[in-house]
Amino acid sequence: MDPILLLTQALNGLQLGVMLFLMAAGLTLVFGIMGLINLAHGSLYMAGAYAMAAVFAWSGSFLAGLAAAVAAAALLGVAIEMAALRLLYRRDHLDQVLATFGLILFFNELARIIWGPAAIFVTVPAALSHTVEILPGAPYPAYRLVVIAAGVAVAAGLYLLIARTRLGMLIRAGASNRTMVSALGVDIGRLYTAVFALGAGLAALAGAMAGPILSVEPGMGEPVLILTLVVIVVGGIGSIRGAFAAALLIGFVDTIGRAFLPALLRDLLAPSAANAVGPALASMLIYLTMAVVLAIRPQGLFAARTG
Amino acid sequence: MPRAALWAILLAMAVLLPFAADLAGQGYYVGFATRVAIFAIAALSLDLILGYGGLVSLGHAAFLGIGAYSVGIWTSHGVTAAPVHWATALAAGGLFALVTGLIALRTAGVAFIMITLAFAQMLFFLAVSLKAYGGDDGLTLWDAARLGPLDLSDDRTLYWVAIAWLVLFLLLGRHLVASRFGLVLQGARSNERRMRALGFDIRRHRLLAYVLSGMAASIAGCLLAHMTDFVSPAYMSWQRSGELVVMVLLGGIGTLHGAILGAAVLLILEEVLAGLTQHWMLILGAILVAMALVARRGLHGLLAALRGRR
Repeated sequence: MDPILLLTQALNGLQLGVMLFLMAAGLTLVFGIMGLINLAHGSLYMAGAYAMAAVFAWSGSFLAGLAAAVAAAALLGVAIEMAALRLLYRRDHLDQVLATFGLILFFNELARIIWGPAAIFVTVPAALSHTVEILPGAPYPAYRLVVIAAGVAVAAGLYLLIARTRLGMLIRAGASNRTMVSALGVDIGRLYTAVFALGAGLAALAGAMAGPILSVEPGMGEPVLILTLVVIVVGGIGSIRGAFAAALLIGFVDTIGRAFLPALLRDLLAPSAANAVGPALASMLIYLTMAVVLAIRPQGLFAARTG
Repeated sequence: MPRAALWAILLAMAVLLPFAADLAGQGYYVGFATRVAIFAIAALSLDLILGYGGLVSLGHAAFLGIGAYSVGIWTSHGVTAAPVHWATALAAGGLFALVTGLIALRTAGVAFIMITLAFAQMLFFLAVSLKAYGGDDGLTLWDAARLGPLDLSDDRTLYWVAIAWLVLFLLLGRHLVASRFGLVLQGARSNERRMRALGFDIRRHRLLAYVLSGMAASIAGCLLAHMTDFVSPAYMSWQRSGELVVMVLLGGIGTLHGAILGAAVLLILEEVLAGLTQHWMLILGAILVAMALVARRGLHGLLAALRGRR
């Protein structure tokens, strides 16, 4: 197997993995602490991508776009939480599914009204549009390397936030036993809002950074949402560590599978059969991974202890 | 009014609908009503496991796909006998439910939601890879299915066939949930541990419910293919599964007829709103959020509450 191709694809897998982690971290916290299934998490990702595209086009500064995306989505997250989702924490999961499914329809259409149905093209910032030679003869886009670095840095920051600060302590306590936390006199409502804003900001960061790689369009959040749900279930709901491990696992499995499975099958099967089966099997691979993990460990790889 | 009379009137109205549509010169609505009946079957079958079994499946559209591809694959080989299509769909849907159910029922709660989604996604990508049957683009069916002397490409005939299936499944469903089997299923939903302690094999009951539900939804898939003369992987996209869950929730879970009401209301809402504005999804989304916040037990619960207040 070509080592350069393997390295490139491994980096692509890593890049997908850190993006998925940014999405999954917020979703798994909201799920683990508030017990809320938020299908509209993908809408926050989309909001981040659009805010980034708009501010980047207006100001010409990529960093300003990033900051605007995170701020806008955090505000939007707080608004959604206070207006609607707050009323749903104590409800059945099914009511939450209905409400957040409605929110998806609402926000996709809103994006279509404001920015139109066509995809918006976001350029890679000029300073990062070159490629870097990671190995002799193996160029790799600098932008993607920066995305990986940013993702890893945010993951490290999140780890410090959760392991070392008072807010992090409350988050961990909330994830394992929220009734006890509120009984100890913590304003649980404010904690919930803060966690929701944090998750929204992370999702927006993922969306904003994905802008130049994918296309920015209405409905862009849903494919990512499905992958993110796969990640948090594989990782164990409520566990940040699990989300990180599972995000990398799913990122690698998906990227490596798509890159190498068709070629691998061509060695084993007749070419026509391999060409038909290869891409489909590669697309199925992450779901196969999830089904195997859940069948063996229904609570996920790193289950958080929930009360 | 006695309940039996109410049902009889509803059934008579449903059967006579095509004549009313003709009188009003609105033949289009027969096709629309067929759509409602088809999705009502699918929602009804989902309600059996979701409402009575407490098993939330986000992969139910997989069975629509199984049914549709049963029709599509047979038709492309020149077999247009609807009973053959239906028998194949029942067998394939039942088998798929049996195999995936054995694995999925090892989990519960959110993990069950996700594992059913995973199986449906696998089937979706399998259909995409079926290049001989259209792959990603789908497959147009050039020959109409036949039921004995009847031609199912006729709007009215297909409508009555769909209504007949819907009534059959509703009667079967009502019988099932009132039976000992249905009571065990509901008992396990409210207190699984107690039902186990009473000596019931919960997993076997749930598996049977899952298989029956899958078989009924496969028939809905067949009818969908008969109606559209087209089969594509999009029939089993996860959004379609989500839509089915929304129909059941909208109507009110665990009532069976609530699922029919939900399917009808969602499709009519889509139709009416789409006629009003091109941005109808904005309004539909807001209505769904409001329904989730206000009406705790769906439309069925809302109606019951209104009746109680009066």
